[in-house]
Amino acid sequence: MLAGPARGAELPATTAAVLAGGCVNCHGPDGRAQGAIPGIRGLDEGYLRARLLAFRDGRDAPGSVMTRLMKGHDTHQIEALAKWFAQGGTQ
Amino acid sequence: MTGPSRRRVLGSLAAGGASLALPAIVRAGAGSARVVIVGGGFGGATAARYLKRHAPQLQVTLIEPAPRFHTCPFSNLYLAGLRSWDSLGHGFDGLRAAGIEVIHALADDVDASRRTLRLSTGQTPGWDRLVLSPGVDMRWDALPGYDEAASRLAPHAWKAGPQTQLLRRQMEAMEDGGSFVMVIPDNPFRCPPGPYERAAMVAHYFKRHKPRSKILLLDAKDNFSKKGLFLQGWKALYGDMIEWVGLADDGRVTRVDAGALTVETAFGQLHKAAVLNVIPPQKAGFIAQRAGVVDASGWVPVKAESFETRQVAGIYALGDATLAAPMPKSAFVANTQAKLAAAAIAADLLGQAPPAALYTNTCYSLIGPDYGISVAGVYRAAEGRIIELPGSGGVSPGDADATFRAAEAAHGASWYAAICADTWGA
Repeated sequence: MLAGPARGAELPATTAAVLAGGCVNCHGPDGRAQGAIPGIRGLDEGYLRARLLAFRDGRDAPGSVMTRLMKGHDTHQIEALAKWFAQGGTQ
Repeated sequence: MTGPSRRRVLGSLAAGGASLALPAIVRAGAGSARVVIVGGGFGGATAARYLKRHAPQLQVTLIEPAPRFHTCPFSNLYLAGLRSWDSLGHGFDGLRAAGIEVIHALADDVDASRRTLRLSTGQTPGWDRLVLSPGVDMRWDALPGYDEAASRLAPHAWKAGPQTQLLRRQMEAMEDGGSFVMVIPDNPFRCPPGPYERAAMVAHYFKRHKPRSKILLLDAKDNFSKKGLFLQGWKALYGDMIEWVGLADDGRVTRVDAGALTVETAFGQLHKAAVLNVIPPQKAGFIAQRAGVVDASGWVPVKAESFETRQVAGIYALGDATLAAPMPKSAFVANTQAKLAAAAIAADLLGQAPPAALYTNTCYSLIGPDYGISVAGVYRAAEGRIIELPGSGGVSPGDADATFRAAEAAHGASWYAAICADTWGA
């Protein structure tokens, strides 16, 4: 697991895992929905990347929690998160 | 024992600056490494599960007295009548299924040099790494008149358990037209928005069952988490039922008489309550003091990169017990600190590079069943300190419409289900 190849773009797997750890507290374990907040597991990587960037740049739901959170993430981190959840949300 | 044990030598090697170059535990066989975690809440249970995910070969033991852990998050909804008591309880079968040993006992003492823990059962498990996630203890010496005996008359209800149920019974027994008085401490304390959400949830109950009642909040500070949103929401849903008095208006309580249900403020005003809820100043849980990881503030200073304690190498601390400002003392934060610490401990024991220290927080507060608000933050370690990323985070918009508030109320419920599933394993 820790020794596995880095799957997050330009981020080590452990760091991608730590980043993704924040997401699952609302989006559910491995990104599987537990209620009104949508699941993100297995969604298309390009879609996730575009959506997260739109949140960050205030082009999607500007007052939402997602906008406030993504403003603290750089593009590399967003790409790693998109890849992580597109690939199933586990290491 | 006078000579250093093998474990102790390995431990001090791993604790030194050369630990990454010399993965002592790996050479000793990583399968023999044992991590013991004290506390089965959002910090401790998460750390246990994620340690096993990162390094399945580790022996992971969790110490928690309660067979079911009741959460402070959503306990205000229980006071409101919006949640059952049982819905706040979470068992440990999910941890056991993941291969974690769970011992239901109190941790009484820590021997940091021998690397052992003493439990109320008499067991003395040894550890290569110790993780303390003990939550808070009340400071019974901090507010004159308010000690543990007084809390049985004027509950704090700031640990979810019998105190919470006592406060609910007192609300039920109170006559319509009574005054619910809440005493709120200065920072830092567990769950910064908690008292203000509680005011709203008590108001929700009163509005339906005792509409002539009043809620008086006596606060030791002038500002609080999501203040503008709370003041706006209280007014919108409950009119003048909730009155907040801050420090500048003599809100700081300096004496409590739990028998008479009265409190006295700094400038000598006396307030009489029908139900008195005193949230006293707090400190790190008992076992942190026994471990020698607490400083003069009563809290645990930690390294921002790993949440290893600054005082004792090999002992980590998580959650409300730590000094981690600007991160708040929230369940979400305890959970993300645990994930970082689990990754850092696994990497250290396996002789691998540590993860980047990144943390997030999202806290929802409920003002009414269809009226939620939130605060979020993104943090990272920078030169030994924790900083909030500039431009990130913040609270819900002040001018949001009813649809937005209703969505955040639903998101709060969804958050609770998700973080509990992540922490204890559904």
